[in-house]
Amino acid sequence: MPKLLTGAEIVFKCLEDQKVNHIFGYPGGAVLPIYDELKNHPSIKHILVRHEQGAGHAAEGYARSSGKPGVVLVTSGPGATNVVTALTDAYMDSVPMVCISGQVPTHLIGTDAFQECDTTGITRPCTKHNWLVKDINDLSDVMHEAFKVATTGRPGPVLIDIPKDIQFAKAKYKKPKKEKSLNGKSHNKFSADEIDQLINLISKAKKPIIYSGGGVINSGPKASEALRKFVELTGFPITSTLQGLGAYPGDDNQFLGMLGMHGTYEANNAMHDCDLLINIGARFDDRITGKIDEFSPNSKKVHIDIDPSSINKIIKVDLAILGDVTKVIDKVNKTIVKKKNGNGKSNKPNIAKWWEQIQKWRSKDSLNFINSEDSIKPQHAVQRLYELTKNKDTYVTTEVGQHQMWAAQHYKFNKPNRWMTSGGLGTMGYGLPAAVGVQVAHPEKLVIDIAGEASVLMTMQEMSTAVQYNLPIKIFILNNQYMGMVRQWQELLHEKNYSESYSEALPDFMKMADAYGCKGIKADNPLELDEKIQEMVDHNGPVIFDCHVDPNENCFPMIPSGKPHNQMILGPNDQEENKIKGKGKALV
Amino acid sequence: MPKSKSAYSSPSIKQKSDTYIFVVWVDNEAGVLARVVGLFSGRGYNIESLAVAEIDAIKNISRITIVTTGTPQVIDQIRLQLTKLVPVHKVAEFKRDDKDVIFKEMALFKIVGKKNKIEKCLNACKKFNPVVLDETKSSAVIQITALRREIDKMSKKLKPLGLISTSRTGAVAMTRGAKIFN
Repeated sequence: MPKLLTGAEIVFKCLEDQKVNHIFGYPGGAVLPIYDELKNHPSIKHILVRHEQGAGHAAEGYARSSGKPGVVLVTSGPGATNVVTALTDAYMDSVPMVCISGQVPTHLIGTDAFQECDTTGITRPCTKHNWLVKDINDLSDVMHEAFKVATTGRPGPVLIDIPKDIQFAKAKYKKPKKEKSLNGKSHNKFSADEIDQLINLISKAKKPIIYSGGGVINSGPKASEALRKFVELTGFPITSTLQGLGAYPGDDNQFLGMLGMHGTYEANNAMHDCDLLINIGARFDDRITGKIDEFSPNSKKVHIDIDPSSINKIIKVDLAILGDVTKVIDKVNKTIVKKKNGNGKSNKPNIAKWWEQIQKWRSKDSLNFINSEDSIKPQHAVQRLYELTKNKDTYVTTEVGQHQMWAAQHYKFNKPNRWMTSGGLGTMGYGLPAAVGVQVAHPEKLVIDIAGEASVLMTMQEMSTAVQYNLPIKIFILNNQYMGMVRQWQELLHEKNYSESYSEALPDFMKMADAYGCKGIKADNPLELDEKIQEMVDHNGPVIFDCHVDPNENCFPMIPSGKPHNQMILGPNDQEENKIKGKGKALV
Repeated sequence: MPKSKSAYSSPSIKQKSDTYIFVVWVDNEAGVLARVVGLFSGRGYNIESLAVAEIDAIKNISRITIVTTGTPQVIDQIRLQLTKLVPVHKVAEFKRDDKDVIFKEMALFKIVGKKNKIEKCLNACKKFNPVVLDETKSSAVIQITALRREIDKMSKKLKPLGLISTSRTGAVAMTRGAKIFN
């Protein structure tokens, strides 16, 4: 007779068989049996966070930077509700994550027991799937399926709710099955005919653009290689969503920068005027499309995505190719190479004029800003940070707001999985715990959280985690004393009524660093910025860098709400120019 | 030019909505109905009626029939989102006026009144296979099977004849001929 294992043992057996090395968690009454078992499994390291939301975001950072699912372990009731924000964030940004939550014993479920909540009910809309394990004999299968669901197709978070009595109960352990059909949901459904149609469109295009997204990152490093080859073969310009940054080198000449609400002038205008739009693993988010009726009005649209429900959800497309980005682009590349005369390089003369036009847009230099010698401009701070860290293999996370957009605009990423930011949900407080997760996955690498002072305060407690595990994360705070993006919207749309967007009583971040037991650095003079950034980078330990920046700086360029891509507000240089010419005000 | 104060774009022109019937085969497990219904409520889709029951006790399969209204784009989304749910095996969808599909609802009418009134009710229901499930001197429970709008009509018609309570199911659907959904 095979050995019977307790539920807690089965949980760890499954984690071992799923090759999990790290879990982020916080103990509590309903998960104590699992925590008790932890000591018997030296291959699995537990990172104790300070708040369950931090565990969730750390797991997200871990997953996004390593490609492996992030694993979270929390207790019932408040443990589970605290992780809901992180689950929703992972769901919106398609991050693979497995959350194990404790639950009150089965016989107490539904009785309003201590620390009970309807965890599966609460997390149903923010997970790909969740399970309440009521029978110990189901536990192994559920655990293995959870990893499968989280990591296949369009990745996302899942949750397994395990009542305390199930953690004690005994059953046989079952190894993961080799092939488990997910109700016949296969992911590569494209045909050779669809590839040919795409090649045909590519060969005819005069004003093409490639618009790549987070799907390329999720598909793995091979997808980025395939994408780079595809861009090289076609000679097409490429732009990227916020989540897709790094899939294509940010400093390459064919890269137009990020598109969307705070995207570059050239990327947005190219999207608007193009005649062929190839969407690779992006989802036509509303921050990207602007006004839908006027989105890229004259183009043939191609959408390559693994998730069938992304197709035609927002923008009707002419050709949909369902499949994993790596598989699809590899096939496209092979077909292009095979048809030597048909298209490929011979298509480049066709688009020479298009490139000329793009160069004209580019000459606007839409990311420009007026630098200052008296105060640190936030854009300048990000540029300096980039220049001083670009030769290291740096991982960057962000919080949410102006600093996030400046980081996306001015920090150039050359590799996938180096950029972790909360795009879909826009979770302030994401960056610090995410940096913890990234550093756990890559202990030797430089990990920087480009933060805002308002965001970072939301999950500041995780600094304590960083110190405990000696994770040398660098928290680079662009401190403007405002919720900057809120203030910007209030300035532009609410007649400068800065309602509640100014933080009256900010903590002294230097003392805070001291209190947490890490290094604090403060900068408010542009002349000493480089030196201080260097000091931060060189320090072997966690750092809180309080960078005092111009509080009134706005993030440009910008597509105002409800406007199409070709009606952007540009930066102060351009606004000045337009004033003199007496036109262009209509753009504001 | 009036300035929008929203960080979101304004809605574009709405397409025409139509009524569709979805048939969904799901694993009969705890929470599966909540998942399906939650998908509708969470994404702002309508449910006009819903019928669900296990149809295969060995494979543990339930069949859910949902009547909903939406633009073609929304209907497409509903189908694709339903298909994505882990316990969902397959999804079929068709327009309400599809001639190749039969769909039926059942209604129970409670009539209180004299014999002759109950007779009149039964007569009125003649077209819809009326079955008397319970009868006393002063009341009757009549079962009919019909289309939604026919049941609507009947319940209006029977009101003056002593109808005091109506109970009805959601629609269930089946294709005509030898073929099956999908």
